[in-house]
Amino acid sequence: MEGMSIIVKKVSQLLAGLIFVYGIYIILHGHLTPGGGFAGGAIIAGAFILLILANGSSALNLKKEISGSSNTESLAILMVVVLAMMSLAFGVKVFFSNFLPKGEPGELLSAGVIPLYNIFIGIEVAGAILTIFLALVIFKEESSK
Amino acid sequence: MEAMIPLFVAIPLISAFLIVLLSKLINGFHKIFAPFSLLALLFMAVYIFTNLDNTSMTYAMGGWGLLNDLPIGIFLVLDGFSILMLGIINIIGFIALFYSLSYISKYTAESNYYALFCLIIAGMNGVVLSGDLFNLFVFLEVSVISSYALVAFGVGKTELEASFKYQVLGGLASMLILLAIGLIYWKTKTLNIADVRNVMSGGFSRPYYIFVQVLLLTGFGLKAAIIPFHAWLPDAHSSAPSPISAMLSGVLIKAVGIYVLIRLFFNMFEFTHEIAVVFTVLGTISMVIGSLVALVQWDVKRLLAYSSISQMGYIVMAFGMGMILLIKGDNEPAAILAIGGGIYHMINHSVFKGLLFLNAGALEYRLDTRDLKQMGGLSKAMPVTSSTSLMASMSISGLPPFNGFFSKLIIIIAAVNGKFYILAVLAIVISIITLAYFLKFQHYAFYNRTPLKSLDKIREVPFPMTSSMILLAILCLALSLLALPSVNEAVLHPAIQVLMQSDLYSITLIP
Amino acid sequence: MSVYILSFVLFLVGLYGVITRRNLIKIVISLSIMEFSIFMILVLVGYIDNGLAPIVDPASGGQIYVDPLPQAMVLTAIVIGLATTSMLMAIAIRLYRKYKTFDIRELKNLRG
Repeated sequence: MEGMSIIVKKVSQLLAGLIFVYGIYIILHGHLTPGGGFAGGAIIAGAFILLILANGSSALNLKKEISGSSNTESLAILMVVVLAMMSLAFGVKVFFSNFLPKGEPGELLSAGVIPLYNIFIGIEVAGAILTIFLALVIFKEESSK
Repeated sequence: MEAMIPLFVAIPLISAFLIVLLSKLINGFHKIFAPFSLLALLFMAVYIFTNLDNTSMTYAMGGWGLLNDLPIGIFLVLDGFSILMLGIINIIGFIALFYSLSYISKYTAESNYYALFCLIIAGMNGVVLSGDLFNLFVFLEVSVISSYALVAFGVGKTELEASFKYQVLGGLASMLILLAIGLIYWKTKTLNIADVRNVMSGGFSRPYYIFVQVLLLTGFGLKAAIIPFHAWLPDAHSSAPSPISAMLSGVLIKAVGIYVLIRLFFNMFEFTHEIAVVFTVLGTISMVIGSLVALVQWDVKRLLAYSSISQMGYIVMAFGMGMILLIKGDNEPAAILAIGGGIYHMINHSVFKGLLFLNAGALEYRLDTRDLKQMGGLSKAMPVTSSTSLMASMSISGLPPFNGFFSKLIIIIAAVNGKFYILAVLAIVISIITLAYFLKFQHYAFYNRTPLKSLDKIREVPFPMTSSMILLAILCLALSLLALPSVNEAVLHPAIQVLMQSDLYSITLIP
Repeated sequence: MSVYILSFVLFLVGLYGVITRRNLIKIVISLSIMEFSIFMILVLVGYIDNGLAPIVDPASGGQIYVDPLPQAMVLTAIVIGLATTSMLMAIAIRLYRKYKTFDIRELKNLRG
């Protein structure tokens, strides 16, 4: 896939970091404001997709990236299930129980394990959307050959 | 024992993602890990089944239990009916996976196959256990999305085309189901199946709920491939890799189609006469048309797929008759027979249809064709495949002493007792037609003079495939024991109990 | 009331597209339109007149909030929709590679 003009490249490089940080903000404040893992993860994936679209990439690089993103995704979703299982070991013996201290409502560090779930789900969603995007791009590259 | 319930979903999920991660590092990891995790599930299902004494268990996710007798969290419910389904899913799942060990080695990206297989099992276990409408929808989507991918796994022209058709119709069905769930939530302000029942029994506006019922019937009817909604099934089930066809035809259409229909219409809605008649009529139509179309098929797996539609018709018809008899309320023994026969036939069908698809897979594995006209005389070359498929064919067409005979007999006796004479005659006639097209299958595949030039080069399939076929054939014989009154009492009775006393489900969850 | 009717009209637009379009990609788009009309109905189910966004602030009690459960449902359903749409797209691209066309009339290996 070819890149775009120098203006697009430069602007996207400037914007991508900003979008990335905004995604992290949405994920970390998931238990306080609207948003959370899915929305933030989608934004983070958007930052990566913007960079790839603007700068272009060879099929070889894309294949390397897709294995990385799919590994990250599997690892993150595995961590979510492990977190859910961890609550079987701590405190009350139930699945998905909130075993950490709850803290004050409205604080950043509160709500027990929910921010942790948000973080891992954010990584998972970012990885998954990036994987889907890369897979479709690779399909298209291969069929246009 | 309650703590084991969420593991039915968690173990296959974990193994799916572990397989994706570790199979790149460790060579052959997926081939060892996936069968063991499914075997563990099978043992858990058997353990719970032997220790579940006629009661149901509920499990509150995250400890969010009842608040003022109202459910506020997600519940998993396990009772007599769902444990039977869990047993079927995990037995057929394990055997099909074991069969895949050698069958699937001709494809690339093997580890993805095993991961998707684990996901499909996780989704179906979740559907069967879930006590919450929306949660049920999510698990249903998990299993059907992985089945879309598995149908297209061969990435040939036909596979992709079948998968696209399957996805468009499946997506339509999912939307109708989601709309129905939204409408139910609108009126009742709850999603828990037991709680919906309690709220509805306080009085409801009839047209609204009939609309919801029709939406649900269409949505899950599409998933179960009852006849006006069957268009995707012959393509999807015949194009998938054979172990997956066995899973789809044997288990998936029952777990996400029939099981949910029965659960919702018996335990959530107060069933009405109209819906009961619709069930019976749809069942009868699928029974008749499915078998008539199967008669003219020359593609082995397509023949088996149409035969699935026909056999699903038997099951739906049996449940429909049970509903009508229960509404009339004057002939309870016949209703018990009809419902029991339906559940029994459902178990049997998953066993023999699974076996038949595995046989078809064995033929395809050696001959690279599914066309009956290009086969013949294979009974000498492939003795195990031939004998097991003969047993399965006799079983599905209802010859004694195989399991299919007894379940069809029970359904026919129920029809006669309930004074549905036309349906009884139709059931017998269709059974004969079933025998006809399975005789055709047997004749052209195994006993006819062969058009093959190099018959002596064809050998029996490898050990994992033969052993899983033999295992299922033994199950075909063993399941006929369920017709004995004492065994029937122990195994099928809890399930019949749940469906007969339709309040039982909601009472055990919300006292 | 008109909002419900409009989302139903949107549903019918999607259904019309699925039935009449011949292009694989357009069928996928029509399916997405149907999906989103149902999401809109679901969100409307939980709407309460003059309700606030369901973020409970301990300082001000006694407010009316809209029902958060349908919103959570819609969010989950969007994730599922993403999975189905990407799956369909992947299959459509693969089909294009095999048949060199997106026209559904050219796909006729499976009949009857």
